[in-house]
Amino acid sequence: MDWVKIDKAGLSILPAGAHIDPLVKAGIALITHGHADHARPGHSQVIATPETLAIMAARYGDDFTAIKTPLRYGEKMQLGDVQISMAPSGHILGSAQIIVEYQNTRLIAAGDYKRKSDPTCAAFEIVPCDIFITEATFGLPVFRHPDPKAEIERLLKVKSLFPERSILIGAYALGKAQRVIALLRAAGYNAPIYMHGAMQNLCTLYQKHGVELGELRPATSTSRGKPAKELEGAIIIAPPSAMNTVWARRLSDPLNVFASGWMQVRQRAKQRGVEFPLILSDHADWDDLLATIEEVNPGEVWVTHGREDALILACKERGISARALSLIGYDEAVE
Amino acid sequence: MRRFSELLEALIFSPRRTVKLAHLSGWLRTAPHPDRGWGLAGLTGDLSFAHVKAGVVRELASEVSSPELFALSYDFVGDLAETVALLWPASLEQNSTQAAEDLRLSAIITSLQDTPRASIKPLLAGYMDRLNVAERWALLKLATGGMRVGVSGRLARTALAQAFDKDIAEIEEIWPLISPPYDDLFDWLEGRAARPQADGRAVFRPMMLAHPVDEESMGEGFVPADWQVEWKWDGARIQLVSAEDGVRLFSRTGDDISASFPELITEMSWKGVLDGEVLAGTPEDVGSFNDLQQRLNRKRVTSHMQQDFPVFIRAYDILFAGDNDLRNLPLSQRRLKLEAEMTEIDAPKLDLSEHLPAADFESLQAMKEQADPRIEGIMLKKADSLYIAGRPKGCWFKLKRDPKHADLVVLYAQRGHGKRSSFYSDYTFGAWREGENGAELVPVCKAYSGFSDAELRQLDKFVRSHTINKFGPVREVEHKLVVEIAFDQLHKSKRHKSGIAMRFPRFHAIRWDKPAEEADNVAYLRSFIPDEDT
Repeated sequence: MDWVKIDKAGLSILPAGAHIDPLVKAGIALITHGHADHARPGHSQVIATPETLAIMAARYGDDFTAIKTPLRYGEKMQLGDVQISMAPSGHILGSAQIIVEYQNTRLIAAGDYKRKSDPTCAAFEIVPCDIFITEATFGLPVFRHPDPKAEIERLLKVKSLFPERSILIGAYALGKAQRVIALLRAAGYNAPIYMHGAMQNLCTLYQKHGVELGELRPATSTSRGKPAKELEGAIIIAPPSAMNTVWARRLSDPLNVFASGWMQVRQRAKQRGVEFPLILSDHADWDDLLATIEEVNPGEVWVTHGREDALILACKERGISARALSLIGYDEAVE
Repeated sequence: MRRFSELLEALIFSPRRTVKLAHLSGWLRTAPHPDRGWGLAGLTGDLSFAHVKAGVVRELASEVSSPELFALSYDFVGDLAETVALLWPASLEQNSTQAAEDLRLSAIITSLQDTPRASIKPLLAGYMDRLNVAERWALLKLATGGMRVGVSGRLARTALAQAFDKDIAEIEEIWPLISPPYDDLFDWLEGRAARPQADGRAVFRPMMLAHPVDEESMGEGFVPADWQVEWKWDGARIQLVSAEDGVRLFSRTGDDISASFPELITEMSWKGVLDGEVLAGTPEDVGSFNDLQQRLNRKRVTSHMQQDFPVFIRAYDILFAGDNDLRNLPLSQRRLKLEAEMTEIDAPKLDLSEHLPAADFESLQAMKEQADPRIEGIMLKKADSLYIAGRPKGCWFKLKRDPKHADLVVLYAQRGHGKRSSFYSDYTFGAWREGENGAELVPVCKAYSGFSDAELRQLDKFVRSHTINKFGPVREVEHKLVVEIAFDQLHKSKRHKSGIAMRFPRFHAIRWDKPAEEADNVAYLRSFIPDEDT
């Protein structure tokens, strides 16, 4: 494989003159999805799904790149002798597997992906290929994420036990927050849901793309900095970083919930002072990683950020050729 | 098992004591008997299974995972039982709402007790196949002991008192008299029977403990006549109980430590309960805590050991004389009683803790700093204090001597377990000495307390970005971070490469500013070794 290499910008597709999710400013950037560690501003050209381009514009301003090239799921384009196309990865709105075809070889950079149901984005699509580049964020056999619907039901049950307490859900502002809201709506929770300021733009963007989120209100504070009456017994969504800050003082006695796949490990949850761990991940869990690799059935698996060791071992135990693709710079904790 | 595992989940994630108490007392009131009794024993650490060995959990792991995948998983999770509970394949039965009778907590516990060692593993595996992940975790924790759900025995007993509207002291008092599943306890709590009685059994009575002195409030208006002042000896606090069924020695926490001190346990005609300190050496020549350590935590002690490291008891207080409960008398009267009884008490190797004269608070401060190095500080006990179990406010105080300090260099860091499983929280420190090839750092102590959560995050970051070597969970770091370590005492030691052993080393200040070259050397540390010890 002499046409793909790792340089300081990350994964480089030489005959296309492009990088996938480049880590530093690059010429042509193929972006899998809008999370900040994958989608950085300042590249000369960005090729991504229209949704991902919209997310980048919302986060970085409209001038995040000189040339925006939208590529819808299923559409194809040529870069030199290389054919590029996109398939849904089920991670967040607009997230894509990037399919690269050159000299009778098909390589897929799956980016971040998951297989469990998510009403806010298109489901992962199986595309056969020769080389499958998979993430391994939850690449340990201890990660078996439960059914999202059952987790939301568990949360609503606890909420009914403490009707007067505010439920403060820490969730990553892009993707996780909207998924939590959509799951709450699907479970029949129809009251207004309150938002931290950092969430509002992205929620509006999701709604514009046709994702139903119901009535959302800003979680405003009172003028005197005291807990707001309106927020008692309500559900409030904030980025995890805001949960233990001055901002949270507008809530009296909140029940701290953290929505993340890491919440499966008790001590992780305890460390963050979480009172209710909501095990909800936008990444594939161990079983789904292995099932995906089996279904895609590639000639070779390359494993990137996360716990490469375990996934490579498991591939080898199953007779699948696998190796680590060391890409430093993707943040395993973001999810 | 389902309800118990749900209780545990709620307990683990409740940060507040009041919420934990509410969960616990609610469960104690409503869970069926004997499940609640067995569960309570699991929470208080009063449950053990002779046939279950800790290794069985690892053996179970090998049923469902390759050793390599298990090692990677365990390294990440940091808790053996949780790792295996998570690794175990999901069962089909686990979501059924109708719990099978043989999966009741009491049924599981009795089979764990009755199953021979050879069949424990298949028994556990059989349960694991039928339980959900939280239940699997609860099962393994129960079986191997050590729940670590943030519930102390004390908290569980407080919840009992709260659930059944009793005084916590009453519960503490009878605790050593009862055993799981506590039929007699619940009979009493629910008004079906009288309170369980000691009836001549040599059982532990909960001890009275001291607070650290609040020097500012104590300094003003200190009236010497109101206080009984004694040395705080550097030994191990004990309770000596002589009753119809024998003589026993208990640790501060109520563990029976008689086996470690056979020479102190002889048949006695005097009956009663004494509070005191076991010390190394003889009353005339008190040894160091280091000497006493040779005798602690031993199941058997040779006569050779008894000769080389003699021990004795220094009596502080008297709780019972015969069947006569003295705990409701003021300390001044108990002291008179103790002095009067001393001639009657036919315990071997016993003497009386002396009273110290106190003119004012300042003189006490000076006294403790000038005292013999084997003395930890001074005890201040209110003369009118009753003997109240636990740490009652305003009664007893300890005035420790000022800790010693040294600037040491971080050499190694290890990830913690439990709550700190993802943080490098256990550190090994070195001091300088002249080696064959010039100055070198030699390990002198380990410390893992005394820093804030924010500092822990900074330390963790330092370790991760300055690692020069990895040995499993241990990382060797660049020799550049200096920490000011506080410690109580220092002794020479043959077991340590540096030749010294520190007592209670802990973080005092992280010296981000100080270059490693300016840290202290071993010769400086050796200057803290008490003369008698060298």
